[in-house]
Amino acid sequence: MATTAVQIPGSSDGVPLRIKLQRVERRRKLRAFALVLPLLLFVFITFVMPIGRMMFDAIHDDTLLVLMPRTTVALSVWDGKDLPDERVYAALAGDLKQAWAQKTAGKIGERMNYELAGTASQVKSSARNASTLSAGPYKAAMIEISPIWGQHEVWSLLKRGRSSYTAFYLLRSVDFQYGSDSQIVASPPENAIFRDIFLRTLGISIGVTAATLLLGFPLAYVLAILPPRTSNLLMMGILMSFFTSVLVRTTAWVVLLQDHGVINETLMTLHILSQPAELIFNRFGTVLAMTHIQLPFTLLPIYSVMKSISPNHVRAARSLGAGPFYAFWKVYFPQTLPGIAAGCLLTFILCLGYYITPALVGGPGDMMVSNFVATYTNEQLNWGMASALGAILLTATLLLYFVFNKLVGVDRIKMG
Amino acid sequence: MAASAYASPIEKGWYYLHRLICGAVLLFLITPILVVIPLSFNSVPFFTFPMPGLSLRWYEEIFMTERWQGGLRNSLFVGLSVTLLATVLGTLAALGLSRPNFPWRTAVMSVLISPIIVPIVITAVGTYFFYADIGLLNTYTGLILAHTTLATPVVVITVTATLAGYDHSLTRAAASLGASPITAFFKVTLPLILPGMISGSLFAFLTSFDEVVVALFLAGPEQTTLPKVMFSGIREQISPSITAAATVLILFAVTVLTTAELLRRRSERLRGIR
Repeated sequence: MATTAVQIPGSSDGVPLRIKLQRVERRRKLRAFALVLPLLLFVFITFVMPIGRMMFDAIHDDTLLVLMPRTTVALSVWDGKDLPDERVYAALAGDLKQAWAQKTAGKIGERMNYELAGTASQVKSSARNASTLSAGPYKAAMIEISPIWGQHEVWSLLKRGRSSYTAFYLLRSVDFQYGSDSQIVASPPENAIFRDIFLRTLGISIGVTAATLLLGFPLAYVLAILPPRTSNLLMMGILMSFFTSVLVRTTAWVVLLQDHGVINETLMTLHILSQPAELIFNRFGTVLAMTHIQLPFTLLPIYSVMKSISPNHVRAARSLGAGPFYAFWKVYFPQTLPGIAAGCLLTFILCLGYYITPALVGGPGDMMVSNFVATYTNEQLNWGMASALGAILLTATLLLYFVFNKLVGVDRIKMG
Repeated sequence: MAASAYASPIEKGWYYLHRLICGAVLLFLITPILVVIPLSFNSVPFFTFPMPGLSLRWYEEIFMTERWQGGLRNSLFVGLSVTLLATVLGTLAALGLSRPNFPWRTAVMSVLISPIIVPIVITAVGTYFFYADIGLLNTYTGLILAHTTLATPVVVITVTATLAGYDHSLTRAAASLGASPITAFFKVTLPLILPGMISGSLFAFLTSFDEVVVALFLAGPEQTTLPKVMFSGIREQISPSITAAATVLILFAVTVLTTAELLRRRSERLRGIR
């Protein structure tokens, strides 16, 4: 042992101690990082990349560029004023012939239909008819086949297809779209549904957050001041609710609230109601079930902050002459604010992304952004819209997550 | 703590009102879950009290019919695979993150925790598009990988919390006595963090076992899980067999919670906190 004590300051190989220490430190950091690396890579591949791809899909769409190569190239010299000239129509006929042969006309029609309703069937029939055209002039022939080829907005749309990037889906998600000259205009009322959906999601989330705070705060307070034996028992109940899956808790509410559910049947047996009250498939049911599910998320951070507040503070205030409510409001309440911020922010972030509960206990008017993302993915197969709505929702969530990290710290997220 | 003897009538009134409110909130939290359990033993397919008779027919249905049985089998298989993967990856990461002077700790932690913050539908849709490209849709591998992503944050959080109380001088002591890092890990560190690892893996299992949204998007008919069967059941016509399945899930949650609590106490005792 004595020899090593001598060797360190001596550093026989001529490397200064400071450098050696730095090297050791760096090696330690690398070793710590190597332990995290597998999970980091895993999360990157199975989580960050898929979500990044989805975000990319919100602005990337090369359907027209790939499936109508001649037309999009020919359109690059079109000035966008009158209808394009014969050369472009010839290219169009060529592309449609090819699309008919390769059975891609449906895809083109679908893509164009997103922006101009009613064009899908026209494109399909045009492709079928164009395949019989043998020689020009094509302009008159194409307009004869379908009047859409004489419409200015259709050509504007095709010209926008020259780029494999489009802002269409994002614009549509905030109720804007391209006009007949590719200018940005507000969507017509029948398409302008998305601002409502975002506002509704926001409204439901604020409502649920407020409700969980109103219900959670008094309960957290009682739990914090009760003797440990009692409060631990009550805490087990809260944790049981916390760890029961969202699906099970939503199921429970369906069983309770439906027309022939527990609440309605009981009230009717007691002759309080003559016919079932509408408790489910409306806003009331959605907010009630979501509040029930989110309550522990708001309550637990408030509780853990309250546990750390010394009861002496309020006692001191009381002994100095403050009334009970004044002491609570001026001394106790301000100290619980970090817990309130953590709990409410977490609940609000999680509420924004709700899917299961609105889908099972909400009516058509209670569907939140997530439900539309799912519908566009599974039923309408419009992945561009799904990605754009998802990208907006994700951005909002990540911004709030960033605020949460700054305000509360990611280390504060605990299990139970 | 009762209302103090010298409190004014208003204070006393407020005190009892407050207790009443708290009782009501607690009832609101727990009753919906507790109501489901007796209904699963109802002999008739209605959701009413009092129940005309008790029966196990709904349990017979979920344990005997092919649809439910397949769901349960898939859930268990996927859940166990996820638990294994998530526990290994999560524990390794937690060990690295708990080393002193870990670089960019907050940033890395934020990324690792993000799967439980990002809306589940976004994860599901993003993965759905991604899997469509690489051909992992409707496969067990795909479902297991996706569930593992959701389950690792839980393991990281739990094991990191256990390691927060871990005394690093123990590892150094082992090293100074001649143990190699591997020996020191298995003989000193592992026994101390094992309770945290087990609770983490239990929570990871629960995460996968309860998960429905990702399964709805990524699982084909072959991989249908128990929650997925439940979900479609609620959508179509809610039958008491769903309350039986819900009871099974509640039972799982309670078991996991109780075990985790017992393990936490044990680990505190081991580390001499209590």
